[in-house]
Amino acid sequence: MTAAPAQPAIVEMRGITIQFPGVKALDGVDFVLRSGEVHTLMGENGAGKSTLIKALTGVYPIDGGTITVAGEQRVFRGTADAQAAGISTVYQEVNLCTNLSVGENVMLGHEVRRAGLIDWKATHREAARHLTNLGLDIDTRSALSTHSIAIQQLVAISRAMVGEARVLVLDEPTSSLDRSEVEQLFAVMRDVRDRGVAILFVTHFLDQVYEISDRLTVLRNGMLVGEYPAAELPRGELISLMIGRELDELDALSRSAAREIDRDAAPVLEASDLGRKGVLEPADVSVYDGEVVGFAGLLGSGRTELARLLYGADRADSGSTQVRGTPARITTPRHAIDQRIAFSSEDRRAEGIIGDLSVAENIVLGIQAKRGWLRKVGRAEQAALVDEYIAALGVRPADPNRLIKNLSGGNQQKVLLARWLATAPQLIILDEPTRGIDVGAKADIQRKVAELAAQGMSVVFISSELEEVLRLAHRVVVMRDRRKIGELTSHDIEVGDLVDFIADGALESPENVA
Amino acid sequence: MTGIPVTVERASASGALRRFFSRRASWIPVLAALAILIVMFIGAQAYFGNFLTPRVISSLLLDNAYLLILAVGMTFVILTGGIDLSVGAVMAFTGMLGASLLRDGLPVGVVVPVMLLIGAAMGLAVGIMVQYFDVQPFIASLAAMFAARGLAFMVSLSSIRVEDPAILWLQSTRIQAAPGSWFITPTGILAILVVIVGALLLAYTRFGRTIYAIGGNEQSARLMGLPVVRTKLLAYVVSGVCAGLAGVVFTAYTGASYPLNGIGTELDTIAAVVIGGTLLTGGSGYVLGSMIGVLVYGSIKTVISFLGAEQSWTRITIGALLLLFVVVQRIIVARSSRR
Repeated sequence: MTAAPAQPAIVEMRGITIQFPGVKALDGVDFVLRSGEVHTLMGENGAGKSTLIKALTGVYPIDGGTITVAGEQRVFRGTADAQAAGISTVYQEVNLCTNLSVGENVMLGHEVRRAGLIDWKATHREAARHLTNLGLDIDTRSALSTHSIAIQQLVAISRAMVGEARVLVLDEPTSSLDRSEVEQLFAVMRDVRDRGVAILFVTHFLDQVYEISDRLTVLRNGMLVGEYPAAELPRGELISLMIGRELDELDALSRSAAREIDRDAAPVLEASDLGRKGVLEPADVSVYDGEVVGFAGLLGSGRTELARLLYGADRADSGSTQVRGTPARITTPRHAIDQRIAFSSEDRRAEGIIGDLSVAENIVLGIQAKRGWLRKVGRAEQAALVDEYIAALGVRPADPNRLIKNLSGGNQQKVLLARWLATAPQLIILDEPTRGIDVGAKADIQRKVAELAAQGMSVVFISSELEEVLRLAHRVVVMRDRRKIGELTSHDIEVGDLVDFIADGALESPENVA
Repeated sequence: MTGIPVTVERASASGALRRFFSRRASWIPVLAALAILIVMFIGAQAYFGNFLTPRVISSLLLDNAYLLILAVGMTFVILTGGIDLSVGAVMAFTGMLGASLLRDGLPVGVVVPVMLLIGAAMGLAVGIMVQYFDVQPFIASLAAMFAARGLAFMVSLSSIRVEDPAILWLQSTRIQAAPGSWFITPTGILAILVVIVGALLLAYTRFGRTIYAIGGNEQSARLMGLPVVRTKLLAYVVSGVCAGLAGVVFTAYTGASYPLNGIGTELDTIAAVVIGGTLLTGGSGYVLGSMIGVLVYGSIKTVISFLGAEQSWTRITIGALLLLFVVVQRIIVARSSRR
């Protein structure tokens, strides 16, 4: 299972430096990849993981250092050069063409030709061979778009193997897969590794790191921290290497829920029988001052739908809402904003950030929209506001003029949070604010949420990670099958209990509203 | 209550249909266009009684040969997700230049290659603007359209008659089994050849497949290591060469060149391509579909002249059909992205 130390280095990157305007994304990083190993690259957002991968795959040119593949020094001028050197990549967002068939995606650029024309029969046969090699039995002539993301991911790996890859780079392939799909992927990865291919793997899930990796390389702030055999690096130590802070911080934050919430005053927001046909069965929700209410449930359980109804993003067809005891009609986001309710969507790329605007512009957007376009936010005021939030949330790089699309996911999320906080809401709804971001940024965001609640802001916190919900929330609304199945006070429950409750709704709970 | 059993039922009930949709969903708009063409033929035949005759159908190809050639080139460009508004003007310019060179006594063996080369150069210019200067295809080809139209006027402000026997032969020769039966002209053969070559290029070469990949997801195509830059440039060159060839065919068709030829033809071409089932967003469509689109366009024109109505009805009908097809395409795209 473990990589034999005798395995030769297939890729040697020495002193890699990449300079972006105003920031050194990579500073003299060494990285060695050996044949027949799974080597995981670890680091926080902005540590340089993606940059290093992009240097290896020819997306970014390097400003300093050398890349040696199989003993031969190479200069990559584009992805095609890297592929010619036997380096194939599967990216986080599956980079295939959904308009084409499965077989065609596998073979694009490598189609079998006869007399200059593509021989489709042979091409599909070849594609099927590559797919079966990885244990995939699917119709190669079916359109790629008809398959799940997990299958598409495996198709992408099959494609990577067509070019006789010696190195396979997997950039966060698991972020949208479920447990069994991850198992399937790992089986494929082990198989590929055992055939002598070197695998460079990136993930944010620590469990997966230890399950599959032979070796780890840790980066921090664009610099190499070190390379370690996975078996010899305890989990706690790994985290502190990555974030370079005391690990205890995450624990110290734990159970902010211990604080007492005053539930005698009218709740900030109270919804009764809020529902929408075919979307969500009527449910009651209330949020009090300074309280964090978690929504827990599986994807598709109705947790996002409930949040959208609360915010007026979708229109409820039953029920009523009250803000601080007075009836309020919230049927559009505008109404919600007028009631000082903010909503940060789970899909930050599509519904949150505006990639071509700068960090500062993205932050100011919310407050400008709230004031109306005629009352301009003054330049000095803007600058002060932006600097304050960049510092408060620890946005990195702390450059207000950088385009937000060039920031890592965790930092984009921080900017989004800043945008809403700048509007001084009394209630903020956060849908999956920590998805797909690494442990350091996650801790930053969790800390900020706890801090805001302690200052009196009310928060609705939605997350797939139950541990996180339990840590932050005072109360947890549990959802299943588009229905609220209960509400738990989170003082005295553990993740296991919550999982059981979601699974079968059977917990001796005080208010089982099912 | 849950959604799972439903999907299972559907899968078992109509497995074959699902298989078809899973494999050939992009042919559906083409089949829809074909259905409309057939309905139009049958309807017109029922109404007029003398519509489906060899003479009428043969002239359909003859009258629309230039449009068919333009549509093939346009299909390449639209498949990459681009658009080429310059084709009508390039057709006019190459036609004018060709006619004036022939009048000056240059041999046809020189003139025709020059016309094709100029078309290619115009296409390349659009491609370079799109690819290297990051200009929107709409704007880049709009600029080329104005340039080509202006150049056409620079050649001459009035019409130039063409008397070259080789050019006129393209149009006047009727290859025919018997008088009154099916016929085809060399221009029609040229157009059919262009369709065949275009279809082969798209379906059976890496260049063609790269065009589909770019239209599907340009970023992915680049990351897959496909030659994106070269392919996109070539797509515009193909469209330009087709516009040059259309210039030859249109000159033969009218027996003269006029600088105002082909105004609005680029829009007719785009309409025909879209009616033929090619998605304007790129990545899905076929040359064969574009051919059906051109035939639908031509049939509408013929029906309206049969009716003796004003030709402005052609535009109105095409507009309505176009609207219908774009809506149908949106529905198909929305369906497949929901899956």
